[in-house]
Amino acid sequence: MIETAFTPWASLWGGVLIGFAATLLMLTVGRVMGATGVLAGMLWPSSGQDFAWRAALLAGMVAGPFVAFALTGKMPTLEVPVSPLLLVIGGLIVGMGVTFGSGCTSGHGVCGMARLSSRSIVATLTFMSTTFATVYLVRHVIGG
Amino acid sequence: MRLAIVYLIGVIFGTGIAVSGMANPAKVLNFFDIAGGWDPSLIFVMGGALMTAFLGYRLVFARATPLLDTRFRLPSKRDIDLKLIGGSALFGIGWGLAGFCPGGALPALGTGRWEVFAFTGALVAGIILAKALQSAVAKRTRAAT
Repeated sequence: MIETAFTPWASLWGGVLIGFAATLLMLTVGRVMGATGVLAGMLWPSSGQDFAWRAALLAGMVAGPFVAFALTGKMPTLEVPVSPLLLVIGGLIVGMGVTFGSGCTSGHGVCGMARLSSRSIVATLTFMSTTFATVYLVRHVIGG
Repeated sequence: MRLAIVYLIGVIFGTGIAVSGMANPAKVLNFFDIAGGWDPSLIFVMGGALMTAFLGYRLVFARATPLLDTRFRLPSKRDIDLKLIGGSALFGIGWGLAGFCPGGALPALGTGRWEVFAFTGALVAGIILAKALQSAVAKRTRAAT
């Protein structure tokens, strides 16, 4: 385990930016800001125009760490406390889960909950619970 | 023009993810580790994002249409079924194993770290696998009826 510092202000302002971006995307192109939906839509775009706005959004996202660097003077910390194998297995499971579940933290957890969608509230409570359970099992039962 | 605006929205989202700590698996996993070195920062990310989007959406949906399109495209499904719950449960297991969620990983690609590319590659493979399974099941259901 890697210790991380409690960062309420940076996290709060980061969250406000995430919610602001979700609001702006709905205001301009009328779309939900869900990472899963944006990514899956790029794999099977309904038209060239549909692919283009998703690619533009993704290109903007990737620039985020550099803007964070310009704002804070350092690149965002990125520490990976799990093995490459778990990273890949986890990625596969996340990909399948978000496809069957129609969304992830941004789509269900932020945009869907902000619309008070009952599907998104159920989805968010479900994945938060299994994430807590998985981390507990990995760190305190199997690894403990 | 439209693409430039969407690009800038992506920059705002990516900056938010980077500043908030969501792009750092160690921080994400510590949030979920109440029995260990608990880092409650992610409550502030969710709280800030949710409050802003909740208020923002209220203002946006007072309009009949978005600014650059003819209509709002909102999810049409309403039913709470096994697929929603099972899929979400699976997502949480993967998130707990890897520490990245899709929204955290995509902006983190900008750091150029191989770990993010390994996770995102597997994420895309998982999406393709699940879509293939779904269409195979749909085909079999059609053939059976």
